[in-house]
Amino acid sequence: MADLDCDAVIVGSGPGGSTMADVLTAAGWSVIVLEKGRNHLVSLEAPFEPSGDLSNDEIKFLRRHFLGPDPFLEPRTYRRTSADGDRLFTGEVNSLPSTVGGGGFHADGKLPRFREEDFHLLSARGPIDGAAIADWPVQYDEMEPHYAIAEKLIGTAGDAGKNPFEAWRSGPYPMPPGPDMFGAILTSEAAAKRGLHPYRAPTGVNSIFYDDRPPCNNCGFCGHFGCPIHAKGDPISSLRRALRTGKCEVRPESYVKEVVLDSRGTRATGVRYLDIANGNTEREVRASYVIVAGGAFETPRLLLRCGVGNSSDLVGRNLTYHFQTFSVGIFPFSIHGERGRSVTHHHDDFIVPGPDEMAAARAAGLPYFRGGTVEHGGGGTPLQEASSYPPGPQHAMSMRDSAIRDRLFAFTLQAEDLPQLDNRVDLDPKVVDAWGFAAGRVTYAPHKHELVASDHFAPILEQLMRDAGADFAFSTTSPPQGDLDLHDVSPLGIAPASRHTMGTCRMGDDARTSVVNGEGRFHDVENMLCADSSVFVTSTGYNPTLTLVALAHRAACLLAGVKVEPTTPMEL
Amino acid sequence: MPVYFSEADLAVVAAAVDRLIPPDDAGCPGAAAAGVPDYVDRFLGAFSVDPPRIFAGGPFSGRWGGEASFGEWLPLGPMEDLAWRTRIEGSNGRAEREFNGEVLGLQQIYRDGIAALGADFVDVDGTAQDQRLSAVPEFKRLLYQHACEGMYGDPVYGGNKDEAGWKMIGWLGDIQPRGYTDEEVESREKLEIRRPNGKSSA
Repeated sequence: MADLDCDAVIVGSGPGGSTMADVLTAAGWSVIVLEKGRNHLVSLEAPFEPSGDLSNDEIKFLRRHFLGPDPFLEPRTYRRTSADGDRLFTGEVNSLPSTVGGGGFHADGKLPRFREEDFHLLSARGPIDGAAIADWPVQYDEMEPHYAIAEKLIGTAGDAGKNPFEAWRSGPYPMPPGPDMFGAILTSEAAAKRGLHPYRAPTGVNSIFYDDRPPCNNCGFCGHFGCPIHAKGDPISSLRRALRTGKCEVRPESYVKEVVLDSRGTRATGVRYLDIANGNTEREVRASYVIVAGGAFETPRLLLRCGVGNSSDLVGRNLTYHFQTFSVGIFPFSIHGERGRSVTHHHDDFIVPGPDEMAAARAAGLPYFRGGTVEHGGGGTPLQEASSYPPGPQHAMSMRDSAIRDRLFAFTLQAEDLPQLDNRVDLDPKVVDAWGFAAGRVTYAPHKHELVASDHFAPILEQLMRDAGADFAFSTTSPPQGDLDLHDVSPLGIAPASRHTMGTCRMGDDARTSVVNGEGRFHDVENMLCADSSVFVTSTGYNPTLTLVALAHRAACLLAGVKVEPTTPMEL
Repeated sequence: MPVYFSEADLAVVAAAVDRLIPPDDAGCPGAAAAGVPDYVDRFLGAFSVDPPRIFAGGPFSGRWGGEASFGEWLPLGPMEDLAWRTRIEGSNGRAEREFNGEVLGLQQIYRDGIAALGADFVDVDGTAQDQRLSAVPEFKRLLYQHACEGMYGDPVYGGNKDEAGWKMIGWLGDIQPRGYTDEEVESREKLEIRRPNGKSSA
């Protein structure tokens, strides 16, 4: 073993890879983290100061792909079904940041847990035709200690016990919630009056000094922006801890080309990568363990490219997003949603189907449907707004009137998206990236379940907006439905805009029906693990990051023999 | 001093973007006076300086406290350099830029667009200008995209002169490291906020 470069090589430095690095280095392992993108997060030299590259700058972040991936260098393609031909669209398809920190950058850090039932949807609710619903090989009670630790490692602010739908907890959130945005005060009051149960969103954003980082100062440049003051904890907190052990090396601009297997093809010996900053020179890292954590798009793309881990033919399949319904209210007064976090409240009532939902499901020929958590949010910046208005003499008037920025508030329903075999990531037959490797292609169309749920919940959300004081309300979905005129589609584009990407290396006990086991290990390759949301069996109706971090934490603890005590419910 | 356009080209761009975001008597200076032509000029000429003017620095502009650092442009990595040179200059037959085929650069698109609008574009009346813009819909779309960026993007990119675009809509722009107080977040009224130097910006 003397010729090994490290104990574990981790592909990807997002929330999953960073959590792995954190736990393994604390257990004394040496790790090398390879990240395709550049580093704008944290100095890689002691004392690992946070970077100053991040700023409140719409052009840099929204127009010039500062956090990557640049769709010119790394195009993705999209089609709804194979009936669309090889592809319908080439460019930016649901990209999570390609940079040190990965998908932790893009969001304002909403970190809900899943519920108990989410880990065994098949047993709890039963099958639905055309969907690959299955139980997870791990259940909530085993996950709880890892959820609790993940909330502390990232730094999560929230209000335990205020959401009647939340799963049991062993303790409070490490931080109290931050301030309520004005619009969410209006919508949560309206929701409560209708018998719903809004609560303060759990967010990975500091509300107090925590982990050497300051509280959020409500600048509003949150979703899609990096935090200039590093008040978002994910994943800088984990990466810095790993770096401080002296056992972690992060190599940005390192494009992993392939996983290298031994002659029998059942053990990984390491990975080969291109050293981008040095003329794309090919290098190799040899390690006892290979951990892939490139996200549920890039992980299957890598595995399909090198033909590893796919005896089940399930790598890339069962791709899920959240089917998002946006119900927007336009108010007769300023909502000033740019002040504060992007979302401060949720309600989860739509996750549990009640009598109305069951009746609507039966009428549509479904045994049931589930919605998802509803985010109460607003914000928006002028460049985004301006591009939504046509040019001409009314441009300036529209901008001053600002119906869709300053006077807008929105619900986002992050609805459960059922897994389907034909919804998948595979390799585009023609389009390549700047390194000459096949581009990843998304084939995705929602199941009837998602469409029926959206049609059911959208009018309820619109009514809530009017109750809250909106002059009018309307709803759209992502991806948009109906006939697509490619020249005049939703501002969010024709592909799913949810950055919640899951399911492409699903976990399970049976190697014929899953890609990795309940510990995140590949059935086909004994010393290779997956530590991102690829392993999700079902999408649930909750933002995925905390669960993927908790799963990565659990996988790392099992791998390194770190004992985690079982937990019991806290007194509320 | 323009870095990429000739003065004549700059005048055509100014006249064209002023049709897309025209001045009005309620506070809009129009895209030309707001600096959109300079924004486009700096963008197309981004590689005439080093580091190229693609990614402004951070974390603070200095307008709301902290040390001003937006003007410290960030160096590009080799692949970013490839992407932005290709977008701006075009692929020009270079294999490393043509992995998915030929790319027409923004410089060429502007040269062709300005030629299509005509050398006398600045002299004809607004109706004729609108007709000529409508005859080149792809170029018009691009001009509008850049007009929005040059109106509402950060002034460090060359547009939004004296924050003209932001002032028109009461947008405070970047707000770090001041941020907003909890009261300013939660308040029903949109509370007015003043710059550290005492000038009101809302």
